[in-house]
Amino acid sequence: MSDNGSNGTGFIGASLKRKEDARFLTGRGRYTDDINLPGQLYAHLLRSTVAHANLGSVDISAAEAAPGVHAVFTGPDMEGVGGIPTGWLIHSKDGSPMVEPAHPAMAIGKVRHVGEIVAIVVAETRDQAREAAALIDIDYQELPAAASIEAARADGAPLVWDEADGNLCYDWEVGDRAAAEDAIAGAAHTVSIDVVNQRLVPNAIEPRAAIGSFDPTTDVYTLYTTSQNPHLIRLLLGAFVLGLPEHKLRIVAPDVGGGFGSKIPHYAEEAIITWTAGRLGRPVKWTSDRSEAFVSDTQGRDHISTATLGLDEDGKFVGLKVSTQANLGAYLSTFATCVPTYLYGILFAGPYTTPAIYCEVEGVFTNTVPVDALRGAGRPEATYLLERLVDKAAAATGIDRVDIRRRNFIREFPYQTPVALQYDQGDYDATLDLALEASDWDGFEARRSEAAGRGKLRGIGISTFIEACGIAPSAVVGSLGARAGLYEVGSVRVHPTGSVSVFTGTHSHGQGHETTFAQIVAETLGVDFEAVDVVHGDTNAIPFGMGTYGSRSLAVGGTAIYNAVQKVIAKGKKIAAHLLEASEEDIEFADGNFTVAGTDRSKSIGEVALTAYVPHNYPEGLEPGLEETAFYDPLNFTFPAGTHVAEVEVDPETGVVELVAVTGADDVGRIINPMIVNGQLHGGLAHGIGQALLEHCEYDAEGQLVTGSYMNYTMPRAGDLPNFNINHNTTHCTHNPLGVKGVGEVGSIGVPPAVINAVVDALSPLGVTHIEMPATSERVWQAIQAAQAQD
Amino acid sequence: MDDFQYHAPSSVDGVLSALRGADDGKVLAGGMSLVPVLKLGLAAPSHLVSLRNVPGLSDIEDHGHCLKIGACCTHAQVAASSVVQERIPALAAMAGRIGDPQVRNCGTIGGSVAHNDPAADYPAACVGLGATIITDRRKISSDDFFGSMFETALEEDELVTAVCFPIVARAAYAKFENPASKYAVAGVMVAQGDDGVRVAVTGAGAGVFRVAEMEAALADDFSADAVAGIGVSSDGLLSDNVAGAEYRAHLVTVMARRAVEACG
Repeated sequence: MSDNGSNGTGFIGASLKRKEDARFLTGRGRYTDDINLPGQLYAHLLRSTVAHANLGSVDISAAEAAPGVHAVFTGPDMEGVGGIPTGWLIHSKDGSPMVEPAHPAMAIGKVRHVGEIVAIVVAETRDQAREAAALIDIDYQELPAAASIEAARADGAPLVWDEADGNLCYDWEVGDRAAAEDAIAGAAHTVSIDVVNQRLVPNAIEPRAAIGSFDPTTDVYTLYTTSQNPHLIRLLLGAFVLGLPEHKLRIVAPDVGGGFGSKIPHYAEEAIITWTAGRLGRPVKWTSDRSEAFVSDTQGRDHISTATLGLDEDGKFVGLKVSTQANLGAYLSTFATCVPTYLYGILFAGPYTTPAIYCEVEGVFTNTVPVDALRGAGRPEATYLLERLVDKAAAATGIDRVDIRRRNFIREFPYQTPVALQYDQGDYDATLDLALEASDWDGFEARRSEAAGRGKLRGIGISTFIEACGIAPSAVVGSLGARAGLYEVGSVRVHPTGSVSVFTGTHSHGQGHETTFAQIVAETLGVDFEAVDVVHGDTNAIPFGMGTYGSRSLAVGGTAIYNAVQKVIAKGKKIAAHLLEASEEDIEFADGNFTVAGTDRSKSIGEVALTAYVPHNYPEGLEPGLEETAFYDPLNFTFPAGTHVAEVEVDPETGVVELVAVTGADDVGRIINPMIVNGQLHGGLAHGIGQALLEHCEYDAEGQLVTGSYMNYTMPRAGDLPNFNINHNTTHCTHNPLGVKGVGEVGSIGVPPAVINAVVDALSPLGVTHIEMPATSERVWQAIQAAQAQD
Repeated sequence: MDDFQYHAPSSVDGVLSALRGADDGKVLAGGMSLVPVLKLGLAAPSHLVSLRNVPGLSDIEDHGHCLKIGACCTHAQVAASSVVQERIPALAAMAGRIGDPQVRNCGTIGGSVAHNDPAADYPAACVGLGATIITDRRKISSDDFFGSMFETALEEDELVTAVCFPIVARAAYAKFENPASKYAVAGVMVAQGDDGVRVAVTGAGAGVFRVAEMEAALADDFSADAVAGIGVSSDGLLSDNVAGAEYRAHLVTVMARRAVEACG
């Protein structure tokens, strides 16, 4: 075996077609809403139409009497059931714990955002449930809303929670404030920036759904749900909400159509549906429609920040200070509190040697839909701020944008940042050089001139970035307040005839795990790719797992599978040694064969497997069977890195930004399936471009969602995107055996600042120095108007 | 969606009598606006009267001085029609940019003009080209047909059966799209025909409107420069999360100039 874990069979590194695509592309996927259980009833969740109100009377009598209705429940009916828990405890600067308000599954006494669940109606049909819900008479005694960070932090703002003064959940910090401030005070140059990282709606293509059921013969509850992490849901729903032990609660997350983070949290709907099924003794199904998803799926981003960077005379960064306010929404979703802190503040070294860094974050309650992870989760927000600031620093010092980045690159590894992370490996010059070459950076001025001849303002922008993925070492995150470990579990079951079932605690909802993990096993175990199937998404089938998010599935889950394969091989060597009448130490394993070193005497993995299950001639004391499980707790985060270059043309008359080129030079670690990796990059880039140019979740002052449909929330379409020029320069992660890092979030982290830097570059001849995301045509036009008015 | 009675008569008279017999009847053509409204519960008509079985409403006829386009012609049909492409290319091009392929293959010209969405393209095409709306009982000049948003000159039980577009010397439509919905934020049809120059704007205001100052300038000098400096007031223009009134006003001028340029 080579040092990269390869057995040389060629499965690792091959762009094999995805095993899962045949069913997905022919409409034969089995999603939660495709599942129907005998006797199933349908639920409609009645949601608040106002952002902040005391709940007066809630009259359900007419709904209860409506045709087909089996039950109507409201918040007080669930009293005694636990609240929805939060997964991460954050401490403020003064050491005090965050304000952690109650989170009842359905509103009790008060509603705090549009979309909050007030009642559940269960009926024979979906239409009956919906029509009956319309008969519920709710007396909303409306209160003033705090619908934005600014409104919530203003003097005399309405309080979302009485116990949270100033609507503050926490006031957190990381880094050395005095060191950063001193460095900035003594710097030759300082440059500051105010940026907004706008709120986004995740928009997974499959809306959420849930089916709860209860089996009175076993007292087992089963919940089918659209989740990225079924075991985590079992833990939270069982232990914290319903008080059920693990063996009485089964969670199945079947095919799931995208998540982007919005299917990580444990949602109130999961608790309500499961509890209702138990109350009624009938299965209950709820399926969100798109309008409902807009006001009930967790949303992402929503920061306001100000930052200052100090530089010495040579353009070296000497100190960075960042102050951020992060909107958490009305309730604390599962990972809401860690996204703008431990997934954000610790990213501010980026790929640079800045020696003194300080970041403080106010977590703010507002009367809006809860905020949680969204593709990148904290890291896009940090990267955007840093890379905009670096461009401003280049402009302020007169140093070339590329040169100033190069002057500050980290080149010695491992590198301990001033904000907690230790980077194990990277080659930032290599990805920068590759991106500059692939994008023909040096030829840009000719393209700018050519565009000018057509009346267009052409600009080019760059971002050089790192991300922390492969989440995460349990002891590290535990010390930072995580209430769970973040290891992963893999089981490899070699069947008697040599085919293999792989069980993973990660969950695939578009990532292609069924293919990638099969490639790892086929290669390392020396079996055929078609002989390997990957099983995921069912707590009854999988030993345990923490799920899929934070670009962790391959680095953490893939390593667990790899380690389980190594255990299988180790046991196989004992069996082979016995069959070959050789010493175990003399057995070598390669290409699916156990061979006595220096001879041609060997046994195949298939022969060994059959022997393990038909142990007539078998090593004394060795257990029959060939199945191994590995729990893998990573030693560190992984640090994918890269350079993204964007090129835009602005129509100065209309402000329309056309994205004409995007070049990526990425180091995502060792690549198992290049086609899947590039697909992940494409998706992430589309997501990041959506944030840079198109998407914006807006509320009005009363807390009503203005952008509640695709009529006014702009998703990126194929026509909005150029062909992506994807390039790879790979360094291997040093602390996992596969050398893998992660890829799912790269595009959404790296490309937004490149796009905005390109827009600002295009407009810079007019005197424009900044534009907020999304750089819509109206915003660009207004920036041009404002710049011209100053002339 | 609430329950409703569904009718699909096989004649115009059948449609009209079904409408008259209903408490709150609505005509269903392509359904591209009505069905979403029903699904969102924003309207709950007692009866839907479909035009799908009425023959003769999907023809495109060349009458020499004008094209008569049946009310049930889809946008895709108009866009792909060789006679429309040849006789009024601006109309075919406009129809080919409405919405998306699904909308173009279901949505109809009659449904669009009867609905009079303030951001729809057809109102600008009708008013800009000087079209006449044909109903079951009369002919209505498009200048008189379109009111403010969702309002038309149609009686409660009156059915659009066709739209007649005069052949013009030259015309072009320039549209600035809402990036999310693809509706017009500012769509301008400019045409020069027998009765002079017409400039009609959709998307920017509460309903389609003409810009007299631009029409006069173009009558005098049909060139892009003639309209480039003519602004429209932002008073009364729409304002939403995509475009404020000031920006829309600006876009009207830009789109008008681009339409004139496209006239060649």
